[in-house]
Amino acid sequence: MTTYFNEMYDGDTVRGPYARLGDWTASMPADKRLAKQAEAEALFRRIGITFAVYGEGGDPDRLIPFDMFPRVFTNSEWAKLERGIKQRARALNAFLVDVYGRGEIVRAGRIPANLVYQNEAYERAVSGFVPPKGVYSHIVGVDIVRTGPTDFYVLEDNCRTPSGVSYMLESREMMMRMFPALFRENRIAPIDHYPEVLRRTLASVAPAKCDRDPTVVILTPGHFNSAYYEHSFLADLMGVELVEGADLFVEGEFVYMRTTEGPKRVDVIYRRIDDAFIDPLCFRPDSMLGVPGLMDVYRSGGVSICSAPGAGVADDKAVYTYVPEMVRFYLGEEPILNNVPTWKCANADDLGHVLSNLGELVVKEVHGSGGYGMLVGPKSTKAQIEEFRALILADPGNYIAQPTLALSTTPTFVEEGIAPRHVDLRPYCLVGERIELVPGGLTRVALREGSLVVNSSQGGGVKDTWVLAE
Amino acid sequence: MLLIVDHVTEYHYDRPVRGVVQSHRLTPTRCEAQKVLDWTVSVSGGVQGGSFRDGAGDWVQSWTVAGPVTDITVHVQGRVQTFDTAGILKGNREPVPPEAWLRDTALTTPDEAVRALAASVAGQEPLSAAHALSVAVAEAISYRTGATYAQTTAAEALALGEGVCQDHAHALIAAARVAGMPARYVSGYLFTDQDEIRHEAAHAWGEIFIPGFGWIGFDPANRCCPDTRYIRLGCGLDAAEAAPIRGVSRGSGEESLSVTVAVQTQEQ
Repeated sequence: MTTYFNEMYDGDTVRGPYARLGDWTASMPADKRLAKQAEAEALFRRIGITFAVYGEGGDPDRLIPFDMFPRVFTNSEWAKLERGIKQRARALNAFLVDVYGRGEIVRAGRIPANLVYQNEAYERAVSGFVPPKGVYSHIVGVDIVRTGPTDFYVLEDNCRTPSGVSYMLESREMMMRMFPALFRENRIAPIDHYPEVLRRTLASVAPAKCDRDPTVVILTPGHFNSAYYEHSFLADLMGVELVEGADLFVEGEFVYMRTTEGPKRVDVIYRRIDDAFIDPLCFRPDSMLGVPGLMDVYRSGGVSICSAPGAGVADDKAVYTYVPEMVRFYLGEEPILNNVPTWKCANADDLGHVLSNLGELVVKEVHGSGGYGMLVGPKSTKAQIEEFRALILADPGNYIAQPTLALSTTPTFVEEGIAPRHVDLRPYCLVGERIELVPGGLTRVALREGSLVVNSSQGGGVKDTWVLAE
Repeated sequence: MLLIVDHVTEYHYDRPVRGVVQSHRLTPTRCEAQKVLDWTVSVSGGVQGGSFRDGAGDWVQSWTVAGPVTDITVHVQGRVQTFDTAGILKGNREPVPPEAWLRDTALTTPDEAVRALAASVAGQEPLSAAHALSVAVAEAISYRTGATYAQTTAAEALALGEGVCQDHAHALIAAARVAGMPARYVSGYLFTDQDEIRHEAAHAWGEIFIPGFGWIGFDPANRCCPDTRYIRLGCGLDAAEAAPIRGVSRGSGEESLSVTVAVQTQEQ
């Protein structure tokens, strides 16, 4: 029987960071808790924060469940995480600049050439290009799990357009509104400056040809996209325009947006659409979402695109296993945060191990995301395991496997009261002229008892995440 | 050899379009085999956009044409002094390593026939393997215009046994990649004298990376390596990527195209 690290209770003792939450829980009998929960739900519904779930049918505007019990880190726990995350973000960006340039890490034999250059996410269209400030991934979402008092593992990196930061901000907003006393009793580091830091980060990577205060926009695929709420939310908080492809056009050396006062030049595009769709001239000719000619403007220094096209090659799940190597190669440092040990089914030896231990492992698709196309061995039926065995054998290169981690739990409000549920953490590291991280991140919680899958697309919920200032 | 190029591409839209964006690889490569004496590209009604040198050393120049417009003419004129380097690409500055040129595209995805071609040269030294592949491709695909079209894949051309220079180049680079040799598609111009009129002056061939030599051009269509009759413009993983002109128009007008390319020489 696996034991899980409980972030609040060490036996009967309450761990330090949660010390002041005991009274708070005691002050909430079931009826008050239910009333508060109803209040939270009504608030979320009113502001319109919903999350469409791919492939599950049902209500596309389903509310993402919000759990009121906060998740708490001490200042020193966070300090280590922060150093580790920033280190990772630096290494990932160094890797991206390198593999679109001379490929020193490949030449040095530290990562296989085919993993980089034959990767679907490698964009030849940007080879030879160094984006402003040498940054490809401006928002690095690092998914972290905890297995012990000092044990943290990085599950995966998200270098393209990690979503969910609106939930981080809204969860905090909600908690402050409903429980103002908690924020007087605990010294909790603020996070509400995130939009301002994001805007500053984006402005700091304005292109070479920009000689004025840069105009930043968010490019969205449109309101049918599951993260549209977040796109408009961030645009509002940053005070920038939210645009679709059809609102932008290229003329001469620059990109312009159509406005009621005529065309306005755009300098930085925070795009929330995939590489393949951003420019039909360069990528998919059938894309209706993009801007024809955008890539040529980008490559000639007329506009910046965040994240930079091609950034995805750094967060591929097979490339992930080499991130510690990147830290050593580019920074000459030892990784502060651990990777989860990973078997690559593309290797014959690893494949043998994976197939003999499917019942204990988590198997993921190399390019999968959102908790789809994965097998959690210990939580699966024999039939599910056999189904996966066939999938892996048909295309081993498409799968990696990891041990089932004993994810930490935090107290969570459930129907019967309070019970431990598994959590992870996604901080959002901002990389521009500087590297910045607001304290905390998005804590996702697996609300089903015993479940280890925290993805919001798989029934996970969110919590407010606190970093104590002392 | 002094080559004189006059290349005119005319686009006509049956209904006016709202605007056109083009991306050109129409500038001769900076390399030892060719020295540009003069070179101009013009786009009727066009605004010159940004330009840059990509990871393979190609010069890319973009253009936009504001609508409504029904006719656009792209005119390339220039004179280039060419030198024989035995087909070896020398002096081109490209930071990205050859391993980046091993990946497939939709046009070069290998099938059994492509793999068989690659297998036919297995065990040979890279340089002789590359020469042998070029010959094998020429034998496998006989030259005939009209049999294939722009989207024909390497596998389809091999199955058909007929095609043009684009198909030869695709089959060559697809097979070379299967054999583990980095390979790419090259577009450019070819001077053909009057005895040999079968190939158009707009031409394409392949380049294969040979350790110790670097990139070497192979032209299965003419069973040779590029010499002083060739002008190199740019390269890509396939014909679509290496296209001298890529364009997108906004609007519903149907596009029709006419191209005339003349490459002449002037003996010195």
